[in-house]
Amino acid sequence: MIAGVSTEFTPPGPESFQLPPIIDGVPWLTKPVLVAFLSVIVIVWFFYGASRKSAVVPSKLQFTGELAYNFVRNSIARDAIGSQEYMKYVPYLCGLFFFMLLNNLAGSIPLIQFPTFSHAGWAYVAAVMSWVIYNAVGIKKHGAWGYFKHQTMPAGVPGWLMPLMIPIEFISNILVRPISLSLRLFANMFAGHLLLGVFVLGGEYLVFESGKVFYAGVGIVTFLMGFAIAGLEVFVQAIQAYIFVVLTAQYIGSAISEEH
Amino acid sequence: MALEIAGNIAILGYGLAAIGPGVGVGLIFAAVINGTARQPEAQSKLQSIAWIGFGVTEVLAIIGIALAFVFR
Repeated sequence: MIAGVSTEFTPPGPESFQLPPIIDGVPWLTKPVLVAFLSVIVIVWFFYGASRKSAVVPSKLQFTGELAYNFVRNSIARDAIGSQEYMKYVPYLCGLFFFMLLNNLAGSIPLIQFPTFSHAGWAYVAAVMSWVIYNAVGIKKHGAWGYFKHQTMPAGVPGWLMPLMIPIEFISNILVRPISLSLRLFANMFAGHLLLGVFVLGGEYLVFESGKVFYAGVGIVTFLMGFAIAGLEVFVQAIQAYIFVVLTAQYIGSAISEEH
Repeated sequence: MALEIAGNIAILGYGLAAIGPGVGVGLIFAAVINGTARQPEAQSKLQSIAWIGFGVTEVLAIIGIALAFVFR
């Protein structure tokens, strides 16, 4: 055995996400807050620039903006909510989608590399917002009792099954939905960032600090795998933003639908 | 040299918990491939349904990750 400069390897864990404040003495201004502010500025700049000079023959920026907006409007909102009432919810869904897309992709943008939603609080707030909206529009449309009946008593179920059906449907439609929405987004961002950290830090440790030639060779492969994981992460980040918004639209659509 | 494995057994539990969602996600995309092969023009519609199903199935594995950190 070769005595190397071997030091203990500490894998990244939840404590890797506890970043110090950017300015000393301003405890609320951490990296996720800064990234969220930046993303809002970029989104406002992009859509304001795209819609400021609307022309029949669109400029490149206007064309891109319309493409992005049409994607949310047609393939998310209209498909999930139905062509009667979807326009009311397009502003919320569009804003939510691009906010999430940018904040998730911040995990892959060099020099930023921190997905905002890997802090659970952000995901909780986003999920609670969607939860309040779909319940509110459902109650507004059907009334409180009517909405409760709509969500917990599926049509065509015989009466003697109702004592079993109502708790199950209530738990799955009202209680679990916000939890699963927020956990899905949070844990995907969290796990992705952690995975990237394991591959890159582990590769670095094996190459430079393990002090063994064979380990260094494995470490290079590990480090290169990190690039593949980074590519996968870009895909996952985009997909998670899409899934969150599609599910929100689905929940709104099912809350305001007439019958099942 | 004695082999020594350190760590948390919750991670092993997470590995077991990920089997079910793994099979589920596989079944979803198998169905999409089948459906697309039978009716290629339905591809875009099938795919958007598949991503919703993927999200709903995957959350089981994701809850496993969260619990592996909770029960450490």
